[in-house]
Amino acid sequence: MSLKLKALLKSPWVFHLSTGSCNNCDIETLDCLTPRFDIERFGMLLVGSIKHADVLLVTGSCNRMSVERMKALWEQVPKPCLVVAIGTCAGSRGIFKDSYNCPVPLDQIIPVDVYIPGCPPKPEAIIAGAVKLIEKVGSTL
Amino acid sequence: MMGRTIIPIGPYHPLQEEPEFFTLTVEGETVVDIDVRIGYNHRGIEKLSELKTFENSTFVIERICGICSTSHPFAYTRAVEDVFPMEVPIRAKYIRTIIAEGERIHSHLLWLGLAGHFIGYNTVYMWAWKLREEILDVLEILSGNRNNYAMFKPGGVRRDIKAGDIPVCLKKIDSILPTLDMLKKAVLDDPVLHARLKGVGVMTYQEAIDFSALGPTSRASGVARDVRKDSPYGAYQEMEWDMIVTQNGDVFDKAVVRILEMFESAKIMKYCLNNLPDGEIDANIMDVPPGEGIGHIEAPRGETFHYVKSDGTNRPVRHKVRAPTFMNLPTYKATVQGETISDATIILAAIDPCYCCTERIAVKDPRGRLLYNGKDLVQLSREKTEKMKRRMGVR
Amino acid sequence: MTREEVLLDFTSRFHEDILDLYDKSRSRVYVTITPESILRIGTYLFRNVGARFNIASGTDMPPNIEILYHFIVEDINLLISLRVLLDREDPVIDSLGRDIEAMNWIEREMSELLGITFTGHPDPRRLLLADNWPEGVYPLRQDYEEWDETADRTRGI
Ligand code: SF4
Repeated sequence: MSLKLKALLKSPWVFHLSTGSCNNCDIETLDCLTPRFDIERFGMLLVGSIKHADVLLVTGSCNRMSVERMKALWEQVPKPCLVVAIGTCAGSRGIFKDSYNCPVPLDQIIPVDVYIPGCPPKPEAIIAGAVKLIEKVGSTL
Repeated sequence: MMGRTIIPIGPYHPLQEEPEFFTLTVEGETVVDIDVRIGYNHRGIEKLSELKTFENSTFVIERICGICSTSHPFAYTRAVEDVFPMEVPIRAKYIRTIIAEGERIHSHLLWLGLAGHFIGYNTVYMWAWKLREEILDVLEILSGNRNNYAMFKPGGVRRDIKAGDIPVCLKKIDSILPTLDMLKKAVLDDPVLHARLKGVGVMTYQEAIDFSALGPTSRASGVARDVRKDSPYGAYQEMEWDMIVTQNGDVFDKAVVRILEMFESAKIMKYCLNNLPDGEIDANIMDVPPGEGIGHIEAPRGETFHYVKSDGTNRPVRHKVRAPTFMNLPTYKATVQGETISDATIILAAIDPCYCCTERIAVKDPRGRLLYNGKDLVQLSREKTEKMKRRMGVR
Repeated sequence: MTREEVLLDFTSRFHEDILDLYDKSRSRVYVTITPESILRIGTYLFRNVGARFNIASGTDMPPNIEILYHFIVEDINLLISLRVLLDREDPVIDSLGRDIEAMNWIEREMSELLGITFTGHPDPRRLLLADNWPEGVYPLRQDYEEWDETADRTRGI
């Protein structure tokens, strides 16, 4: 297990999943790929299939319909897979706590490794979150 | 007759934005039917808004859509003001206009980048998003946030623009114009793009009327409608600017409308920053009287419409939100049918939906075996561009 | 046509169906009509007057359910809102979605969020709510109550 994790940290490939977000978190995540921030320099790559992913980025407040899809995707992820909750929505649903369509927060559905709060978190914060994730997992090896 | 194949698209795709689920029915290469299932993003905002006070609702409304985080509060505050009805101070109007136009530029740049990405022009993607950062900087200087600006409140704005910030913002706006001009020329003069996008996904004038299509989607089909001109609000009637209308209704024209609109927006922003009047920024409204109010404004994608009903308490009884994509999305029915699968990606993206579920696509044969996955479909679109380039001798 | 001409033509043509007309401001008019006449008046505004359909909004106001159909005549900047009042116990109204494409989705939305039946709707499937949402529970009704026992409303920030 730890060998797999170690290998994963060198160049984490991420898959991005929106579960009923307002888009901002998703766009700020994408922004990390564009010239000003360019997180790809560090070997992080956004991939198109969950089967290729080492890290799952989740944004949004987990609405009833997308939760079902998320569970199905979580079954398919090759483990170990790290989960990052981006934004207040994914952290605790924030302003959507009382919505009839967002019944449970993300961390009661799948285990979350790192929370990046903010509404939306700036790209700098997302990069800092990625660094913390690597440090945290690296220290357990 | 050729066999029919069903292609499910979505709901997840790695590129960005919300999940959505399309079903394309194809015969060979040609799309004959399309259906969509939404609801992956429904958060019950209209109900939530009824639980909040008029002032607090603005923050929920802002979070309907990250790219339209000005348009929704703008329409909402206008709806609340229409209950009275009342006018906001002139300085507040100017500030609202500046933020709204800044949002239009960044939203159109975002679209341009993604559209470029879909047809295999990743350079356009990177350039457009790099430019977008400059506009986000301007908005950050003015409002303190890159997105979700929290500038609006019923009766005015929350935050004033400092005189010292204005020259910095003007300089930033001027600095992006030459690059924008280069992008414009690159798109308008490129023979490959002409061949790839002209005549693709055409929506006729009559279809635009029947579907009540909005914004750039309908203006590309010759419908000369813009809420900013038709029922003026904010500071739009104070200056000269042009409404961009084209006639062909294809993907190319939709791109042209958006690109040219960015220049108009920059013009409006510059005018407002240069001529910002003095005075109050907030009318300090206390109680909202019983009654109904409607506010509609021109968002980057078309008209955003809010309806508020008040019973004299401090909460709305009913708050209806209609975003432009709600009207634009069903136009797929008119535009995608009869086109090839490799064009479906860009046509679906051309109305600038609040999501682009064009990458998580799986093509199944009638027995349910997986033939292509999502990447392949974008790949298909890119290969077509490559093929065209080769045929035309462009590199 | 000017604003006055449009309104005059409209009121004289449908005077039997119009229950009330509230001229709120230069650009806003609220017209209460009988539910039976919605098909005639709606299509007339859309096809003959050339109004653009904005949206419809349903509100639960016991003992009625109220639907407002918003149309805008852009040349004269006039927003006409047609108001119909339905019985809350059994809200039924003719579907405009058959004739006007633009109405299709909003009627689907209203029927699932408010429980209004649109007779003759070409495609009355669910639009927004999840497939496991129970039948007969309408979130935008005033008496909506939480039905999901697993829901957790405790954690804010
Ligand atoms: S945390 Fe904020 S910015 Fe992110 S998806 Fe939620 S509402 Fe949008």
